[in-house]
Amino acid sequence: MDTALILHFLTTPLVFLIWTTFLKTFILLNVVLGVVSVTVFAERKVSAFIQDRTGPNRVGIPMTLLGGKKDIPFWGLGQMIADPVKLLTKENFVPAGVNKFFFWLAPKLVLLPPLLVLAVLPFGSSLFGVEMTIANINAGVLFIFAVTSLSVYGITIAGWASNSKFPFIGGIRSSSQMISYELALGLSIIPIFMVCGTLNINEIIDWQIKNGWLVAPYWPHGFSLGQLLHPHDLIHSLVAGVSLERFLLWIPLMISFVIFLVSIFAETNRLPFDLPEAEQELVGGYHTEYSSMNFASFFLGEYAAMFAGSGAIVSIFLGGWSLPIIPDGSQGWFWGLVNIGVWFAKVSVILLFMIWIRWTLPRFRYDQLMKLGWLGFFPIALFNIFLTAVILAVVHH
Amino acid sequence: MAIVVNRPKLTTAEKFYLPAIFAGLAITWKHLKRALFNKGIVTMQYPEEKWDANLPAWYRGAPTLVVDENGREKCVSCQLCEFICPPRAITIKPMEIPENDPWRKVEKRPEAFDIDMARCIYCGLCEEVCPEEAIFLRKDYSITGLNRAEMVHDKETLYKLGGVMKGLTFKWNELK
Ligand code: SF4
Ligand code: SF4
Repeated sequence: MDTALILHFLTTPLVFLIWTTFLKTFILLNVVLGVVSVTVFAERKVSAFIQDRTGPNRVGIPMTLLGGKKDIPFWGLGQMIADPVKLLTKENFVPAGVNKFFFWLAPKLVLLPPLLVLAVLPFGSSLFGVEMTIANINAGVLFIFAVTSLSVYGITIAGWASNSKFPFIGGIRSSSQMISYELALGLSIIPIFMVCGTLNINEIIDWQIKNGWLVAPYWPHGFSLGQLLHPHDLIHSLVAGVSLERFLLWIPLMISFVIFLVSIFAETNRLPFDLPEAEQELVGGYHTEYSSMNFASFFLGEYAAMFAGSGAIVSIFLGGWSLPIIPDGSQGWFWGLVNIGVWFAKVSVILLFMIWIRWTLPRFRYDQLMKLGWLGFFPIALFNIFLTAVILAVVHH
Repeated sequence: MAIVVNRPKLTTAEKFYLPAIFAGLAITWKHLKRALFNKGIVTMQYPEEKWDANLPAWYRGAPTLVVDENGREKCVSCQLCEFICPPRAITIKPMEIPENDPWRKVEKRPEAFDIDMARCIYCGLCEEVCPEEAIFLRKDYSITGLNRAEMVHDKETLYKLGGVMKGLTFKWNELK
């Protein structure tokens, strides 16, 4: 076969779709693993700084092992590699009396949902004409909700299969925590559908590019790089951005944003809602009995969930991969790469915010979480839907 | 006496958690920012920096054997420490002091004296029980070894760590 034929085969639409999807999946999976270890390092470093400590600062290039005089500490960045290596080389201990099948199954169930969520998140506009979403599906947001709520099974099964009291309590807590916030999480998103009129995440982002981020009350209308040279057009677009509708809608959208943000914290089992884990009360909760790579899977799952959760927040509320003025990938591969960079930058900010929150707030008490979910967020989210409907109805008449 | 603690009445703002959360975030942010510029960090870089100068006089480090001002081994191999040691870290092999030794009148001394530092719990009972004030817990705390054998302190090591302890018991000295 000559190259022209192969090239032709690779560019037929279906084949092209298949191999680019595999390539994107492969790259994204590896990026996620990288992001997880960087996040763990950032978590350790930020927590140390917040507590006036130094954090990991020694593991660098081990020159003494290679016959050198001094190790190069490299700000402790080697910790990112050392941590996973330690977890991989530890003994994988399975206690007697556990239900072996479910004990092995649970870590995989925790790891899977966040990776599935990443499949529908657009992490860039397009590169060489290839859309930077692995699966651009119409029910994207619903898919996220459907999949993320599955991760609770992993935790509950882990708690039950461990055949030990602390993991069991952790598993039970996890399931009741889920029913407390999941409703509010789902309801908080409905105003966004009412405003944008779509469930497809790519279309939500397109809407935000045209009309401004959902969390921003004001956005210059049709603002672009070329306008900077034409003051008249610039003023025109700045004025066109001011609308009563956006300012009114900003109130319910901000409420949605706060509820969604808090619920994502609960979803990813981060402090202040890490009740299933609760090191101080439950000795690590559902993963108490796990070690080595099984434990690492839980760890990976938690951090991948953080990453996916931040990705969802960024895509739905913070304009996804878009930044004002910066064109999308259809203007050339350079801008495509910039868009991907913007997405990762935004996600990193949210991740840092999550870490910052973790080292600031104490854990909520069990009943406080239930009360917050059922008596706080649930009614507010319901009310928010009506508020949005009223605003939309009034403005459009 | 029972003390009644009145629950404070929370204002609406306090019930919403949010003001307290923002205040907390501001505090942690302050610390984070300060630490980023390497200020206010309290961590001590352990092997390079040590707290040794501040160890209290009663600090219980590794047990060691001492000699008196005449260079005599103070231990008389009574084995009381061996028997009291809770984790049985001490093993003593006593010997008779030979006829021609200037300290013949002491009669006994240890031929071998091993303390297994992998077992020792630094309780200090050996020091407490010793009738001859021959064994002391000094301030060495960083006892490491790559295997069990390396963790055993033999007589030589114990005397090296212990050194000389002057002016405690005089009963074996020559009468003036
Ligand atoms: S300090 Fe306690 S444990 Fe250690 S040798 Fe003395 S008696 Fe034994
Ligand atoms: S160290 Fe003290 S207690 Fe132990 S054998 Fe020697 S004299 Fe006796």
